Amino acid sequence: MAVEERHIMHPVRKRRLTIVLALFAGFAVAVSLAVVALQENMNLFYSPAEIETGKAPVQQRIRAGGLVAEGSLERDPDSLKVRFVITDNQGRVPVEYKGILPDLFREGQGVVALGELNEDGMLRADQVLAKHDEDYMPPEVKKALEESGRLKEGGDYPAEGMNHGNSGSSGT
Amino acid sequence: MWQWFHKLGSPKWFFGIAGRLMPWLGWSALIVLTVGVVWGLLFAPADYQQGDSYRIIFIHVPSAYLGQSLYVAMAVAGVVGLVWRMKMADTFIASATAVGAAMTFLALLTGAVWGKPTWGTWWVWDARLTSMLLLLFLYLGVMALRGAMEDPDVRARASAILVIVGVVNIPIIKYSVEWWNTLHQPATIKVTEAPSMPASMWVPLLICLLGFHLLVAWLILWRMRNDILLRERRARWVRAWVLAQ
Repeated sequence: MAVEERHIMHPVRKRRLTIVLALFAGFAVAVSLAVVALQENMNLFYSPAEIETGKAPVQQRIRAGGLVAEGSLERDPDSLKVRFVITDNQGRVPVEYKGILPDLFREGQGVVALGELNEDGMLRADQVLAKHDEDYMPPEVKKALEESGRLKEGGDYPAEGMNHGNSGSSGT
Repeated sequence: MWQWFHKLGSPKWFFGIAGRLMPWLGWSALIVLTVGVVWGLLFAPADYQQGDSYRIIFIHVPSAYLGQSLYVAMAVAGVVGLVWRMKMADTFIASATAVGAAMTFLALLTGAVWGKPTWGTWWVWDARLTSMLLLLFLYLGVMALRGAMEDPDVRARASAILVIVGVVNIPIIKYSVEWWNTLHQPATIKVTEAPSMPASMWVPLLICLLGFHLLVAWLILWRMRNDILLRERRARWVRAWVLAQ
């Protein structure tokens, strides 16, 4: 066994393995640095808190992501115009949009709105996307959970779904 | 264990063992996939939000998972090929690339089809979708690189290096949904926690996942056997095997 092992880990092979690992490590470091440098741009959207603190550029097309605040949705009775507020429980950003909303759109749902931020901090959106969370359940289960009060109305799980720092999960 | 490692390096031994494994893999893949897909598409309950459109998960998740895990397996083979100059490692890379590319493409396609009704868009340049597209380009890059090279040794070394370097993308795909704001949701099935879906949904999903693994193993063994025959076409045992057919 010992002889076999020495044969497998011959000095030449050991050197090759070191070279391969060094090559990989070097590349990984380079990519990590690039990704960290691009950190800001890697995010698809700004959170309402970031927009309120002025991190998002004004009068430039940006995406804003958050939950549709409860009770904030106003539909114009004569047109497709809607107004709502998106929130991340820290900041609030009013959004105005005209068009067809995705099926999953409703209060308490995570959405991403693409548009221009005006000086008053209102986002004039031309596209609204619904964000889906990682929870799946049959309608009956959802109903049972609501009846037993275990699922808060507009529950906290979609909020968790909006949050990229969501639990140390792994796997697919 | 080292003896096994040596055997794995022998094309003749591998050809024989793969030939014996293949019928088992092929039939079990067919049965498991049929059970998983029929269960998932017809009998699993609908989702409370998405209705029936969530059922694409039974194809999307297994193909996305395999697109990534095949790439990691190719990188391991790449290291073995570079360090131990094992020919079978290159055979594996040659055979797995197209299968991995097909899985990645299927994941992107099913994701787009699901994204349209759920999110409201086919495509968005978020970190998860973009890094997955990069994975597809890496697979295509390995295929193009291999196609452009004549000398088998140079080809093996060049494609192994490309595969190893590209594996950096895999953790980026996996953690993109946690590190950054993305439209894509975090993982539903986790190794460390209970899945965030009921058993009536995740059991068929797990069966589909197993079925996809069997199917991919069968496909790759098939392609590896072809690759061995082509490479060893001058060997006496290949001539004897061909004549026996």
